Amino acid sequence: MFDYSLGELGSILAMQAFAGLILFSVFVLMALGLAIIFGQMGVINMAHGEFLILGAYVTYITQHLFSDYLPWAQPAYFLVAMVFAFVVSGALGLIVEWLLIRHLYSRPLDTLLATWGLSLIMQQVFRSVFGAREVGVELPDWLMGSLAVTDTIEVQINGLFVMGLTLLITAAVLVLLFRSRWGLQVRAVTANRVMAGAVGIDTRRVDRLTFGLGCGVAGIAGSAFTMIGSTGPTSGQLYIVDTFLVVVFGGAQSLFGTVASALTISQSQSALEFFLSGSMAKVITLLIVIGILMLRPQGLFVLKLRR
Amino acid sequence: MSLIKSRGTELLGYLLLAVVLLVVLPLLLDNFRLNLIGKYLTFAFVVIGLVISWGYTGVLSLGQGLFFGLGGYIMAMFLKLEASTPEATAIQSTPGIPDFMDWNQLTALPWFWEPSHSFIFTVFAIVLVPSALAYVIGAAMFKRRVGGVYFAIITQALVAVATILIIGQQGYTGGVNGITDLRTLMGWDIRTDSAKTILYFIEVVLLFGCMAVARLMLGSKLGRILVAIRDKEERVRFSGYDVANFKTFAFCAAAGFAGIGGGMFTLQVGFMSPSIIGIVPSIEMVIFCAVGGRLSLIGGVLGALLVNAAKTGFSEEFPELWLLGLGGLFIGVVLFFPRGVAGLYADHVEPRLGPWLNRARLRTKLPVGPAEPTPAE
Repeated sequence: MFDYSLGELGSILAMQAFAGLILFSVFVLMALGLAIIFGQMGVINMAHGEFLILGAYVTYITQHLFSDYLPWAQPAYFLVAMVFAFVVSGALGLIVEWLLIRHLYSRPLDTLLATWGLSLIMQQVFRSVFGAREVGVELPDWLMGSLAVTDTIEVQINGLFVMGLTLLITAAVLVLLFRSRWGLQVRAVTANRVMAGAVGIDTRRVDRLTFGLGCGVAGIAGSAFTMIGSTGPTSGQLYIVDTFLVVVFGGAQSLFGTVASALTISQSQSALEFFLSGSMAKVITLLIVIGILMLRPQGLFVLKLRR
Repeated sequence: MSLIKSRGTELLGYLLLAVVLLVVLPLLLDNFRLNLIGKYLTFAFVVIGLVISWGYTGVLSLGQGLFFGLGGYIMAMFLKLEASTPEATAIQSTPGIPDFMDWNQLTALPWFWEPSHSFIFTVFAIVLVPSALAYVIGAAMFKRRVGGVYFAIITQALVAVATILIIGQQGYTGGVNGITDLRTLMGWDIRTDSAKTILYFIEVVLLFGCMAVARLMLGSKLGRILVAIRDKEERVRFSGYDVANFKTFAFCAAAGFAGIGGGMFTLQVGFMSPSIIGIVPSIEMVIFCAVGGRLSLIGGVLGALLVNAAKTGFSEEFPELWLLGLGGLFIGVVLFFPRGVAGLYADHVEPRLGPWLNRARLRTKLPVGPAEPTPAE
């Protein structure tokens, strides 16, 4: 690393930071849904990665539908696909909550196992329907290529788009949670479930909608995921451990904490990747996170709760 | 469930299991199948640990593969060093070190491989190293009252770390392939059919030894405190018990049992690789326990046998259905049979057999997990 001039080193750092930002976006998109669900219901959704992949496959199907039937609208397919991904994943989330999760609210560890079972089933369904090979989508022209910021620094447009999308979705979730009546109910249930029920909030209904929303956001995340990587039946599992750590590290009930911890983890991982091999970077990042969690189990940011 | 159970029925259960494992299966099955059963039974050791830590103490670890793998790798390191004599590895550029180290341009044995020359060290380390690691993890987490779902997630992350580390450090660990080509144990060829049969019997005896230790632990006052911690942790803490220590102990015991299982796995199968210990296998170990019945040692052993046999059967006949079946099993057991096979037996078979075997008996049911009406937190 000492063979580079100062300017080159700066460019490399900038590019590395940009790569970290893309990873950050994926983490935030995945972790948002998980954090909402975990923060409010204490339910760990092990199938979250599969909801993400569902969104990715929906995007893949939409792209093919557009190129077969509406070729003139091809440039805009991605926007439609994201809506579809949200609706499909969200609807499946509602069904899963109704069939499975609501029976297990008093047994959080069992939810963990049951949703793991669900994830296995979803993986196998993906494999039977779409095949074991990874699939990729064709990006519309306006998302291809890269922008040259300076002579030595280039950023990919699709990366920028994913970041913009992340900002937008995070903002939308925040507005929904902090500026809507439903969000008020969600926060009330998170803070004190029994009391929320006593003042007339239908906590079961809030739970179901929250779960649906969390899964829907995962679907959108999957849609964005197709832009930076290809999709296979088991791709969801690659990210699930990291995402859990992001959520736990950030402090389960705090969305701000989730975003901050996603930033810390992704930046340190991509920075370490420059100095070490990819696998060692990941090992060290995970160990640091686990170490900090042992010292500070409640995570980075703690929301005051009344129980 | 089996805490205050009549000793007669329970002893009968162990006897039946012993007869099946020691007499019926060896008579009925050929060498290949018996070796498979031996492989399945290595997971029964893990399940015994899980019954203690998860079923009785309520500490769910999704990282038992880590301890299973540690035991397995320690055994594999010893066997590999024995197989890598300077004569056997004369064609390498550095004779006397394991072949994969030579392929990765290592010229000397790493320091942490040195103790593996000793068989005595290996035997003790298989139990003690996993337990020691579990102590470090458990003490750090339970003292700070990290528990439940958080603990499960962190143990899972630790398994992920271990797998990535093993795969990444190919020169020291054998990488993705693991440690293969193991031949002899103290000069005794473990690859022959007769050796495998003998190993099977050694394993079953060891398994019953472990079950006896676990049964003694759970039947004693210690076992009752563990159950009390599972059901109402705060109340036990306020009664003056150091809850963290008890939980750490249960976790260490589980890790020790898993380590023994891992060591036996290496002996039975003849290799150890990261694919045995990853996130997915670790969760599968929990499902063995859930299917068998998280409160029953005998049930746990049956669970390990049944699920693994089903896995082999399904994968041979309809490979694409296996994941669906396993996923359905997870959901079905959790939703409908939270006490697994052992629970089915206790609810449906025992009431009919019971009056026969033992007229005056106390029947007590323990709820699974925390009491029902507590709202989700």
